[in-house]
Amino acid sequence: MKEIIDASGLSCPQPVIRTLNAIKKTQENELTIIVDTETSKENISRAAQAQGWKVDDVVFEDDQYRILIRKE
Amino acid sequence: MKNVFATRRGIVGVGLAIGILASLLQFLGNPANMGICVACFVRDMAGALGLHRASVVQYLRPEIIGFVSGSFIAAHAFKEFRPRLGSAPIVRFILGFFAMIGALIFLGCPWRAVLRLSGGDLNAILGILGLATGIFIGTRFLKAGYSLGSSHKTYISAGWIMPIIMLVLLALLIFNPFVAGENVSGMLFYSLEGPGSMSAPIYISLVVGLIIGFLAQRSRFCTMGAIRDLILFKQNHLFVGLLSLGIAAFIANLALGQFNPGFAEQPVAHTMHVWNFGGMVLAGLAFTLAGGCPGRQLFLSGEGDGDAAIFVIGMLVGAAFAHNFGLASSGAGATTSGIIALFIGLSACLAIGYTMKEKM
Repeated sequence: MKEIIDASGLSCPQPVIRTLNAIKKTQENELTIIVDTETSKENISRAAQAQGWKVDDVVFEDDQYRILIRKE
Repeated sequence: MKNVFATRRGIVGVGLAIGILASLLQFLGNPANMGICVACFVRDMAGALGLHRASVVQYLRPEIIGFVSGSFIAAHAFKEFRPRLGSAPIVRFILGFFAMIGALIFLGCPWRAVLRLSGGDLNAILGILGLATGIFIGTRFLKAGYSLGSSHKTYISAGWIMPIIMLVLLALLIFNPFVAGENVSGMLFYSLEGPGSMSAPIYISLVVGLIIGFLAQRSRFCTMGAIRDLILFKQNHLFVGLLSLGIAAFIANLALGQFNPGFAEQPVAHTMHVWNFGGMVLAGLAFTLAGGCPGRQLFLSGEGDGDAAIFVIGMLVGAAFAHNFGLASSGAGATTSGIIALFIGLSACLAIGYTMKEKM
């Protein structure tokens, strides 16, 4: 089962903090983060890229973004 | 579609634009080093509505109406309007309330702190140091798992409430216009002297507000986030935006003859360094715990965030309390009541930060 971090509805900068914590902890080389605003999506992409991960895929459904990031 | 405003160039461009527009608003009549001040302008609005009766700070500032409406327009144009609410509203109200108290002890929000510095007011350095200190304390709580919990999706009409309130205020302003020499016009109060009496022409203020609201929604411009992200993530994206604002306003102020360096005799400012610092510690901490600077809270409320709207209403009430009970500073300095309120506010914000944590 792939790791999923649900950060939808959280204020800035909590989605980014959760993503960075997950990146630090995980053994996997991919993670899915769920957020509900374009701003959080942009922030997570920026933070992930700074950690050497890349955004592989973004799916928008039900007013939520599912962001798949992968270790480069 | 890539959001050009969220790129490095985008945020720099937005910062430069806001800096120049702020300087121009001052040139066109807004108070000195107050081309834009979210806290001061919300305080002036509280006065215009008679929520406080400090006669020198009463004017229904069109810039604020423009901020929310511009963001509302941008959010719709780019399909980002997301009505949401339900993340600890009472806590956000309190944070907005004390953020305003702190800002009014310093005499300005982070926006004005930067604009004061770019106009040569060196007291602003203390304010900015205080702001950074407050934000630093806030980031410790964030690292320890501080969270006000998730908001959830709500009805479209709920997201429209704040923009509609702004439209109603605009109607009040248009139908109760300033009458020369009169302190009251219909339902609104107008200052005859002091900062509240100084303003750029209404429609210029409104249009500039709309432009800034639009740009800030697209770029996610945030004066608190600028410093927070630098401390927390060593990431300077928003910070270069804030820096651009300061530099642009500084150059524009030089060009317009609005740069007067020094500590003493600065407009709408005092020289009590400790309280300039302390006031902004409180404001910075409250903004960090609420997830955005006062401008950002307005922009968020325009894109449907009901919790940000509650923060704004907290600021409005905070402003009323600040002037009804003599908590706000003046050119003469901070007041004893203000200093007591500062410590109450710090205690409240620290209690919120310590007790509202989720397990990581």
